[in-house]
Amino acid sequence: MAEPLLRVEKLVRRFGGIIATDNVSLDVAAGELHAIIGPNGAGKTTLISQLTGHLEPHSGSVSLAGRDITYLPAYRRCALGLARSFQITSLLLDFTAADNVALAAQAHAGTSFRFFANARKEKGLRDAAHAALDRVGLGHRADVVVNRLSHGERRELELAVALASKPKLLLLDEPMAGLGVTESQRMVKLLQELRKEVSIVLVEHDMPAVFALADRISVLVYGRVIASGDPAAIRANEEVKRAYLGDQHVVTHHG
Amino acid sequence: MKGLSVSKAVTALMLAGLVLLPLYSQLSGNIFILTLFTRIVILALAAASLNLIMGFGGMMSFGHAAYLGIGGYAVGMLAQEGVGSGFIQFPVALAASAIYALVIGALSLRTRGVYFIMITLAFAQMAYYVASGLARYGGDDGLTVYKRSDFSGLIDLSNRTQFYYLCLACLFGVIFLIWRIVNSRFGLVVQGLRSNEQRMQAIGFPAKRYQLVCFVISGTMCGLAGALLANNTDFVSPAVMYWTRSGDLMVMVILGGMGTLFGPIMGAVVFLLLEEFLSQITEYWALIMGPLLLLIVLFGRGGIMGMLGRAGRG
Repeated sequence: MAEPLLRVEKLVRRFGGIIATDNVSLDVAAGELHAIIGPNGAGKTTLISQLTGHLEPHSGSVSLAGRDITYLPAYRRCALGLARSFQITSLLLDFTAADNVALAAQAHAGTSFRFFANARKEKGLRDAAHAALDRVGLGHRADVVVNRLSHGERRELELAVALASKPKLLLLDEPMAGLGVTESQRMVKLLQELRKEVSIVLVEHDMPAVFALADRISVLVYGRVIASGDPAAIRANEEVKRAYLGDQHVVTHHG
Repeated sequence: MKGLSVSKAVTALMLAGLVLLPLYSQLSGNIFILTLFTRIVILALAAASLNLIMGFGGMMSFGHAAYLGIGGYAVGMLAQEGVGSGFIQFPVALAASAIYALVIGALSLRTRGVYFIMITLAFAQMAYYVASGLARYGGDDGLTVYKRSDFSGLIDLSNRTQFYYLCLACLFGVIFLIWRIVNSRFGLVVQGLRSNEQRMQAIGFPAKRYQLVCFVISGTMCGLAGALLANNTDFVSPAVMYWTRSGDLMVMVILGGMGTLFGPIMGAVVFLLLEEFLSQITEYWALIMGPLLLLIVLFGRGGIMGMLGRAGRG
């Protein structure tokens, strides 16, 4: 196998006596959609935060396309092609949808120390913003202030913002969180389209979505990767069933 | 849309009033009003500069009056040392303010929220005590500026009308610059950081360097106001840097409407006119002024500009 796009090696992060990330290693190949699942408290968000640069690991390393990014700040990782969406929607609420996306494009199109020309009239940035909005189906809502967008629309906007930076790797932290059934289905369809263009690490609770989308799945329990493989292998894995899917099966059978 | 037009109409009226004021003063023989409004225009300039970081940038600086002092002392000290040329005094005032802003900003911007307010306040108070200790330049008593900045015949600052128009031109120039800045790439980044710093970092913007540059631009603009103020009063003292002065500037910005282009001018005009007329009626004017400001801040979200907008729509 060629050099993986993202390589995580022996990552360790403790909070006091608790080991939230326990010797985690995983590889994401270019073009792959790699899902990370695990029960609540498994350390998924802690892991993601170390990938995005919001949290420093105590040991181990993270590299993107062969370059060590373990201790780079978030904004530098973004410049190297790592984009993310947030579990809890994080947008510029008093800006329009188009402004949100255009700013992400601006971050990757030359210096922002320009003080005089009207940035909203820069055709390149606006076109990039509209292209990304069209991509996620929000083209008609471009000039609406984010405050007035629905929750589902904001989740889609998060994706458009991430896409506008033309990333190599997209880290999606529970993109279906809080979405209704139809909205979830739309999101799955959207991700199915996007995965053709960009590698994706997907952290998600919605199991049907994960199994429909993922090339490979890593299962995180108590900070440790207990299994990693394609969806069929994960489904068949006894340890995974016991630790994680088992509980859910019991619930579904009773329901 | 009608809401916009009401606040626009009032703004236009106010700006026209400011431009025509010397004419009125001359016709009515009321010299006092010209002096009063020169001060208003200068402090509006200071408030506008504060609004750039506070309203647009979300940086609550509680030490903005320091720049009034730095700009003022640059003029006063140079004049005392025999350098009377405005072509030297004004650039020095701006440069000194910029350097102070760079140092204070670099230190203060490590903090956020209340800590940022307190640290900017602390630095301004330090500047105040440093000025009080300048025995050569009057210390506590302040420094008289015997001769106004000399622009070698280009403009005569001792002529009331000319000086007023110089101040007004500076105010309009600064407002124009702020207008360009807030719509530029840089301005959008700064406003984005006010709105959601985490998000801006995630899309690739390092927060601090943009905020620092904004802080320096704002401080430099306020240094200009300081240089004008020293010329207006022919005097500069540590009192212009006192923390209550910083508070006054904040009140003007909030009163007029944070993050609006003309709000600070509106705020300065209303604040200083109220202060002037209430203090003529009673020596307990602060008792009326305080609750009045409180009411506007409590019930008029977005300040006067916000209320005008709603009045038009409602």
